Amino acid sequence: MSSIAFVAITILTLAAALAAATLQKLMHAALSFAVMFVGISAFFFLLGAEFVGLVQIFVYIGAVAVLIVFTILLTRDDVGKVQSFNWSGVIVAIAVFAGLVWAIANTKSLPLTPPLIEPVRVQRIGELLMTNYVWPLQCVGVLLTAALIGALILVMEEKT
Amino acid sequence: MTLSILLVVSAALFCIGLLAALSRRHAIFILIGIEMMLAAANLNFIAFWRFAPQPAQPTGVMVAIFAIAIAAAEAAVGLAMVIAVYRHFRSTNVDQLDRLKG
Repeated sequence: MSSIAFVAITILTLAAALAAATLQKLMHAALSFAVMFVGISAFFFLLGAEFVGLVQIFVYIGAVAVLIVFTILLTRDDVGKVQSFNWSGVIVAIAVFAGLVWAIANTKSLPLTPPLIEPVRVQRIGELLMTNYVWPLQCVGVLLTAALIGALILVMEEKT
Repeated sequence: MTLSILLVVSAALFCIGLLAALSRRHAIFILIGIEMMLAAANLNFIAFWRFAPQPAQPTGVMVAIFAIAIAAAEAAVGLAMVIAVYRHFRSTNVDQLDRLKG
């Protein structure tokens, strides 16, 4: 059962990612991008990290995909034009993929079956965020505030 | 479902993102490719956490949560830059942004 789900999710995710990378129309690519994140969240659920999967759906499909669609609608002057495609990127990507697969295939110590684990409860994540990870949490808060202000300043109309 | 297959899937996802970032000339496609690569890295974090012997703290889960937050901040600033560049040049094609070229 789990392996059938794994194959289905893999096909969905990789097909959506390829569509997002190669489709000519920007809007179709943005929607494929959202579908790809559904697939990645499904991977997280399958691996037992439910909270991360939920956060992924909220953040990416709820916020980032909508943001990308907004940006496409705001900058749609050259939507109709056919975009040039740089084929040297394909060669680089295939070379990197071959190198990664070679490294994975030659690593002997990768364990084969997952151990039985207790599911990570949200309460535990909250406790860790408030104790051991409180310093990174504050840094992320400052970073998000700075990114918000920076994004606002970047898109503000310049008053001569 | 073994760790090796999961790592190959995430490597494939990373390379598709690399392909989108390198070969498309539209700024939004480059951002989409970068987000894809970050998602592949997150998948690796979760996979290694799931297949390793369980430590006292779910470190992989915490790192993935922080990585998602940082990726969201990066996407917001990147898309704001796309809009700002579009206002100046009336284009989002990165090949036309060559004013600093010597």
